Amino acid sequence: MKKTMYQKIWDAHLVHQPEGSAALLYVDRHLMHEVTSPQAFEGLRIANRPVRNSHSILATMDHCVPTKVEERATLPDPIGKKQIEVMAQNCADNDINLYDMNSANNGVIHIVVPEHGFVHPGMVVCCGDSHTATHGAFGALAFGIGTSEVEHIMATQTIQQKQSKTMLVKVDGELSPFATAKDIVLAIIGKIGTAGGTGYVIEFAGSAIEALTMEGRMTVCNMAIEGGARAGLIAPDQKTIDFLNGKEFAPSEEHWDQAVEYWLSLKSDDGAEYDAVVELNAADIAPQVTWGTSPEQVLPVDAVLPEPSQINDLIKSQAAESALKYMGLKAGQKMTDVGVDVVFVGSCTNGRIEDFRAIAEVSKGKKVADGVQAIAVPGSYPVKAQAEAEGIDKVLIEAGWEWREPGCSMCLAMNGDYLQPEQRCASTSNRNFEGRQGKGGRTHLVSPAMAAAAAIEGKFVDLRSWK
Amino acid sequence: MEAYKKHSSVAAVMNRSNVDTDQIIPKQFLKKVERSGFGVHLFHDWRYLEDGSDNPEFELNRPEFKGAKILVAGDNFGCGSSREHAPWSIADYGFNTIISTSFADIFFNNCFKNGILPIKVDTDTLKALMDEVEANPGIEITVDLASQQISSPGGQAISFDVDPFRKDTLLKGLDDIGWTLQFEDKISEYEVQHRQQLPWLWPSA
Repeated sequence: MKKTMYQKIWDAHLVHQPEGSAALLYVDRHLMHEVTSPQAFEGLRIANRPVRNSHSILATMDHCVPTKVEERATLPDPIGKKQIEVMAQNCADNDINLYDMNSANNGVIHIVVPEHGFVHPGMVVCCGDSHTATHGAFGALAFGIGTSEVEHIMATQTIQQKQSKTMLVKVDGELSPFATAKDIVLAIIGKIGTAGGTGYVIEFAGSAIEALTMEGRMTVCNMAIEGGARAGLIAPDQKTIDFLNGKEFAPSEEHWDQAVEYWLSLKSDDGAEYDAVVELNAADIAPQVTWGTSPEQVLPVDAVLPEPSQINDLIKSQAAESALKYMGLKAGQKMTDVGVDVVFVGSCTNGRIEDFRAIAEVSKGKKVADGVQAIAVPGSYPVKAQAEAEGIDKVLIEAGWEWREPGCSMCLAMNGDYLQPEQRCASTSNRNFEGRQGKGGRTHLVSPAMAAAAAIEGKFVDLRSWK
Repeated sequence: MEAYKKHSSVAAVMNRSNVDTDQIIPKQFLKKVERSGFGVHLFHDWRYLEDGSDNPEFELNRPEFKGAKILVAGDNFGCGSSREHAPWSIADYGFNTIISTSFADIFFNNCFKNGILPIKVDTDTLKALMDEVEANPGIEITVDLASQQISSPGGQAISFDVDPFRKDTLLKGLDDIGWTLQFEDKISEYEVQHRQQLPWLWPSA
């Protein structure tokens, strides 16, 4: 029988399928941060259960960690401080590898993990965080879980699962030089909708996906969850192998060839069947901007905002109306006429080195517009160090950007970085929900280059026709 | 999770309907990093006076109900949010059984995950039980899950229904993790084979 990559990984991890209940799937790697883990550790303590395989866990601190040097030292939020302290204690008590706030390896969990080669193709990877889907870029089945499941995995190294349906999203053709991985995934979500992937694991394929760097592939898989999917997957290839080669947790030389052979066997068989297939032409993908309060409310930057009364679907029409109201926008308006107050570049979606190269290129020799606050938050200390080695920090600071310490920052606004009510932000993060970046804040999701151009012009611009 | 054994315990009566999860555990206590220790906050707003002392008017503060493991409560107990903090606080306080005519759905399911047996009885049965306890506060009631029977010193014998899978997991003290650990041998077998096939995933011994 011809199998999809998902089916191959599922079959390789099936521990047991009891009659009439969920399957037990083996979990190879368990990623952890300070917000969704404390009660799981507490549960283990109460039940007097040990952590089964502490070597399978890698932990970091990211959600609550301030991105300003002085706040990192003082931790002004007592609840965040407590979570950080408890994380450190739990990891010490259970022999778990933790990149704490002051470690040279610290950063956003989904940035840190690939930097050390902790996830390999073919693994099952879980984390109490929905953006775990990021690691699908390596051909690993990676998905977010709740706190009780965090505890379940620590105790049993398995997860109770029902099999998902499979969707193939095929993006062929050549991407315009002004569009990026972020624009691809926003265009996909615009096409399938935020619930389009519900119940599915999406496999991204096609020449435009193959042409992406590993960083770009991570951006695409990261937002699979925004399309409702449980996980995203991309078949491992030479780029995947080259990326992992030499990393700290990559297979040793002794096993390298065997591992590579296994990884290359994971891709879906020719003729394998999917429950759904979606196709896009990369050449048609313009730079994207979200205009509403759901990632599916996205348009090419040169499009005009929709008139809710002309949307046939009643629920979508009402959603558009309330989104326009919340966002302070009008039907018929063009995004290129809309100004910004804040620009945020960072997050597990776009906090990697090539994202900062992109904004440095746009910002070089220019100035951030008056009245605009532009914040660049590297995804990790290694990203920060690399950027500084390349002089990116100097270019950005010269142009008027703030160059911060790593963390989740303004992606979710629980660490001191947040929007004021009605502030409008061009953000490279992943969610534009009401209040996501701060109560009353207005988020527009874009690529790093689009964000940087908005910072310079003080409004959204169409990169394709920008000076 | 502790196995649910046949026990005779003090029953406390809470003759109020629609006790919601916000009353069970008010939201200011949700920011904790622990799952344990919610017992002191159970029914906080009813239980304590402004100055933090016990409210003598609140039923659970009655000395006769001290050490109660059984809560006899009014209709639709546990309505409101899905917060698992509600059963966490009830279990941490010491209750392992709640008897009512009806429970909110999510709360009902959360109880079983935390070693609490929610028992549904009809309105007349509930009233008779409440009346007996009120007339003799501090009496012990016996709950036997295996035979699905409640009995009281006054001679009441009440049968109740329970889902067989839930009954089995409670009697064995199996939460979701406990359920999975029944297959521990299969997990270990898998790990041996996994280690042979993909040795690079494991720390070198």
